[in-house]
Amino acid sequence: MATIELPAEAAAAVPGRSSRLTRQRTLAAWLFVAPMILVLAAVAGWPLLRTIWFAFTNANLSDLGAAEFVGIDNFTYLLTDPDWWVAVRNTFVFTLVSVTLEIVLGLGIALALDAHFRGRGLLRAAVLIPWAIPTVVSAQMWSWMFNDVFGIINAVLIGLGLIEHPIAWTGSPDTALAAVIIVDVWKTTPFMALLLLAGLQMLPAEIYEAARVDGVHPLKVFWKITLPLLKPALLVAVIFRALDALRIFDLIYVMTGNNRATMSMSVYARQQLVDFQDVGFGSAAATLLFAIIAFTTAVYLVVARVGRED
Amino acid sequence: MLESGRLAMAGVLLAAATVSGSAARAETIAISCGAVGLELKICQEGAEIWAKKTGHQVNVVSTPNSATERLALYQQILAASSPDIDVFQIDVIWPGTLANHFVDLKSHVPADVLASHFEAIVENNTVNGKLVAMPWYTDAGVLYYRKDLLDAAGKQPPQTWEELGAIAKELQDKARSQGNDRMWGYVFQGKAYEGLTCNALEWIDSYGGGRIVDDKGKVTVDNDKAVRALTWAASTVGTIAPEGVLNYSEEESRGVFQSGNAIFMRNWPYAWALAQAEDSPIKGKIGVVPLPKGGPDGKHTGALGGWQLAVSKYSRHPEIAIDLVRYLTSAEEQKRRAVAGSYNPTIKALYQDQDVLKAVPFFGTLYETFTNAVARPSRITGAKYNQMSAEFFNAVHQVLSKQEKPAESLAALEKRLDRLSRGGRW
Repeated sequence: MATIELPAEAAAAVPGRSSRLTRQRTLAAWLFVAPMILVLAAVAGWPLLRTIWFAFTNANLSDLGAAEFVGIDNFTYLLTDPDWWVAVRNTFVFTLVSVTLEIVLGLGIALALDAHFRGRGLLRAAVLIPWAIPTVVSAQMWSWMFNDVFGIINAVLIGLGLIEHPIAWTGSPDTALAAVIIVDVWKTTPFMALLLLAGLQMLPAEIYEAARVDGVHPLKVFWKITLPLLKPALLVAVIFRALDALRIFDLIYVMTGNNRATMSMSVYARQQLVDFQDVGFGSAAATLLFAIIAFTTAVYLVVARVGRED
Repeated sequence: MLESGRLAMAGVLLAAATVSGSAARAETIAISCGAVGLELKICQEGAEIWAKKTGHQVNVVSTPNSATERLALYQQILAASSPDIDVFQIDVIWPGTLANHFVDLKSHVPADVLASHFEAIVENNTVNGKLVAMPWYTDAGVLYYRKDLLDAAGKQPPQTWEELGAIAKELQDKARSQGNDRMWGYVFQGKAYEGLTCNALEWIDSYGGGRIVDDKGKVTVDNDKAVRALTWAASTVGTIAPEGVLNYSEEESRGVFQSGNAIFMRNWPYAWALAQAEDSPIKGKIGVVPLPKGGPDGKHTGALGGWQLAVSKYSRHPEIAIDLVRYLTSAEEQKRRAVAGSYNPTIKALYQDQDVLKAVPFFGTLYETFTNAVARPSRITGAKYNQMSAEFFNAVHQVLSKQEKPAESLAALEKRLDRLSRGGRW
């Protein structure tokens, strides 16, 4: 970029003139943004700061006013609690497996829905049904389907001859987390598919035409054209889902309650906060959960950016 | 986290059913009732009778089935000093935890009425001289069995857990060889929640293994008898009890038993009225006996349960709310509830009432079980009871799901409880 040397007076005058304009613009911008900032501060900032403050106190749910500052006691106790680390492990296993499956399946569905065929609009709407059902309802519905005595999933599997005896899906610690992941994949794949479908429809048609003219194999088109072009949409979809999955609560709580085998970080924090009324310690868990999610996001964004520069 | 709780609370309040009475200056009282089995319906009926008599209105708010969740909901409502609910149905283990939020009922209930209830429950509900709640119904864990199947095999109801295991195995195998693949011997409440604390306390107490924490606060759970009890319990899972029992609460186990797929069931008395209902496949085929002893030297036991009615001190109409509580806990209403829903009265005289005994014969034969039920250590552990209970049911759940050996699990549990209670000082 070329720089132009300005005379001293002019240089002094320009900032003066533009600064009035800039000031006006800045003011207008602030005025427009102010309501949003106020709302965010009230509904996100204040609760967050309050939770972080409680994390350093011995607050109790029955009498929040009597909280005393206890320093980092809550955090040292938390970091030495094996249950917390089980919850951390469960959450990450859940996130990794469910998001991976959702991407693969979601991409498949998105590609299928992107093709032109009759009834496409109807199918697109139908695919969204699992996503539209409230999580608590679908979680309860699936728990009944997973039931070892009257559940339909065991009946189907036995009918197909795949298993001999009913599996206690949500009861056995070996399968409980898998059962939760299955339900999450069922529920969230449509969302993923929709995000990716939006991405697919943004891709320029000319490139595909060129590929067709050149007679490129469809698989090669997918790997060399679709996937690289879809990458930005994919990265956004993944971060959306990963953030959501890291704070998973409702599904696990409805299906298996406070069971240690499936307890996520959020379930752990809720148990401390509400069941045990230990707002201080529970807030410490919630704060750490927040920090872990923020850290994971930061790492992801850095890695994603590095990937894009290649 | 707290915000989402408020949302849930609003949802519950929205879902409240209205029972209406008619009067010019009627006030509306909100009461929270449980919704396990017939509970909500019977509660609504009782409230409706009172509403007709007094001309006031009652909002019946249904609450979560799981006691653990119900307490959490109450704590949020009460901690917010909310007047939304006037009368709370509270568990036998909660008076200590929630005492500060309730009106002292002592001066509002005549002494002779109070004296007609079980003393132990009245005492349980009295915290620092304050009558926190009126006894509504009591509960103790009992053993349901398929009388028809045992009779056909020429068996008596089991006296010990070992006998139960043997009978269950034999009849289960027999039923399966006759084509009923889904038949199981024994179902109970094995989900990691408060109900498992009750079940496990019964196993341990029946073997003479104490009550987890003794009256002085000392943690006693790590002992040989408790190990034997849990060893037996763990041996049932996957053999005579379905593996799914690890995620069953009361209603799931009743579902299996009532559909004719189990020979024995541990449950509370409420299941009787449902299992004997017109549309029940096992109507007339069941019996109820005390829970088995832990070996020949053990004892019959049952965990003390039961629910009380308390009046919130944040209520806008405490006088009217107290009147509702007086009516619902009266002999008249308790009798109606016993007949219609097999809810155990807390009034001693009703256990000799012919109508009650006709509807629920085992109230007479199991009177001893109900009066000698084993209490969970909620008084001594106070505000830390929930944490104690969670540690306990998690440890037991680990044993039942074969993740840990009983001896190791109980030793680890004792250490954790010692740490939680700061060496038994709670």
